[in-house]
Amino acid sequence: MSNGQNGAELRLVTPGMAIGPSSGMRVGSGAIAHNETIIATRLGWVKQLNNTVSVDPINSAYMPRSGDLIVATVAEVRNNLWFMNVNGPFQGLLPMSLAPWKVEFGAARQHMGIGDVVLARVQEVDECHNVVLTMKGVGLRRLNQGTVHSVPITHIERLRGEGNATIQRLREACDCRIIVGENGRVWVDGDADGIAWARQAIDLVQASGHKNTFEAELSALEMNAPTNGDA
Amino acid sequence: MGGYGDVKLLRDDGLRLDGRKLDEMRPVTIEAGILPAAVGSAMVTHGLNVAVAAVYGPMEAHPRKIQRQDRAVIDVRYNMAPFSTSDRIRPGFNRRSREISKVIAEALESVVLVERYPRSKIRVEIEILTAEAGTRCAGLTAAAVALADAGIPMRDLIVGVASGKVEDTVVLDLDKAEDNYGQADLPVGILPNTGEVAFLQMDGDLSPDEFNLAMEYNFKAAAEIHEVMVDALKRRYEGGEN
Repeated sequence: MSNGQNGAELRLVTPGMAIGPSSGMRVGSGAIAHNETIIATRLGWVKQLNNTVSVDPINSAYMPRSGDLIVATVAEVRNNLWFMNVNGPFQGLLPMSLAPWKVEFGAARQHMGIGDVVLARVQEVDECHNVVLTMKGVGLRRLNQGTVHSVPITHIERLRGEGNATIQRLREACDCRIIVGENGRVWVDGDADGIAWARQAIDLVQASGHKNTFEAELSALEMNAPTNGDA
Repeated sequence: MGGYGDVKLLRDDGLRLDGRKLDEMRPVTIEAGILPAAVGSAMVTHGLNVAVAAVYGPMEAHPRKIQRQDRAVIDVRYNMAPFSTSDRIRPGFNRRSREISKVIAEALESVVLVERYPRSKIRVEIEILTAEAGTRCAGLTAAAVALADAGIPMRDLIVGVASGKVEDTVVLDLDKAEDNYGQADLPVGILPNTGEVAFLQMDGDLSPDEFNLAMEYNFKAAAEIHEVMVDALKRRYEGGEN
């Protein structure tokens, strides 16, 4: 995702489509080199930056990376750990040693049960894609209130905006607390009207985040925001 | 395998019963992203065939015994709706749907970059709503568009097409009568950009020359269908800028 990209460079490609010759170019994500040609492996927009050709996918699954701040839900509970749904191909593992509480062996269920939502950070991802999460850190906690929404991974940057400008606009417009996880889950907490409006804004990102009309549509939606004088 | 010799499938003017030329395909239309609940989806109409494909995942592969440590598994479920043919089809898996699910899964595994998602599963559901010969090809094409729509990395889009033989003549894209009463059927899965063949089945007998002509027809049709597939994917994201 690159909001400031030059419009002339944008080209939509489908898997298998030749992007250009590979000589002198480096192959980035979403592309492979085959017979001295760079070939797209994903449906998305071609991006060329510093001699690196890549494809920004329109859709993509979340692949956890160390350090990611995510909104996860408890999928399974064992005596000494929780398996967390991180909205990706693999479940995350939260051991009791990385929980923010002192947990006795066998007492994990007393702290969190299936379906509970947490704000966590990805501690480690190994070569076998085993994902270890941590809740030790400033602000990491169980999210007892609020609602959780989803946005496509590829639209997260669009939701945040440059320097978090867009998400800050949304927070002020609906007077809600909003946390955007790297895994495409968005936590919203506030009054009912604020949450309802935030949901509309998130739906807009989902439907139109890839379109060049997004900014205008968002501005139109802001006119109906709960904090707007007439609303 | 001489077919049914007494059934006339070619007209005196050399055209087929539905008026198509020997190397003419039935009309194909494709629409991507038709199912909001799926990660990726597509609907293909190929003649009277209607195939809908939905892709879910990549997700953790369950049961764990099906997991592969170095790659994802592609779980395909091909199913014909009970109302898809004139005779009601008993719902559920049968020998034919298991076979087709397996060959489609193997064809897709050769184009999807499965090594990107070790230990996970990509679920592909193919539902045939109307059947008129060539459903496995329509299903494979729909699955390829749905996978691309879901953002699954692939080497190429795979296209399902078929040729066959009726009245000792090679024809492209058999319809129901030609499939039922013809002498041979050659469905293939083609990667249009690289020209590779990812799956091939043959029912009946073809001489080497007939086989080569049938493959020539198939490659020509694959190129045409590929254009429709690309157009469907691009149409879905019209007005996008990223």
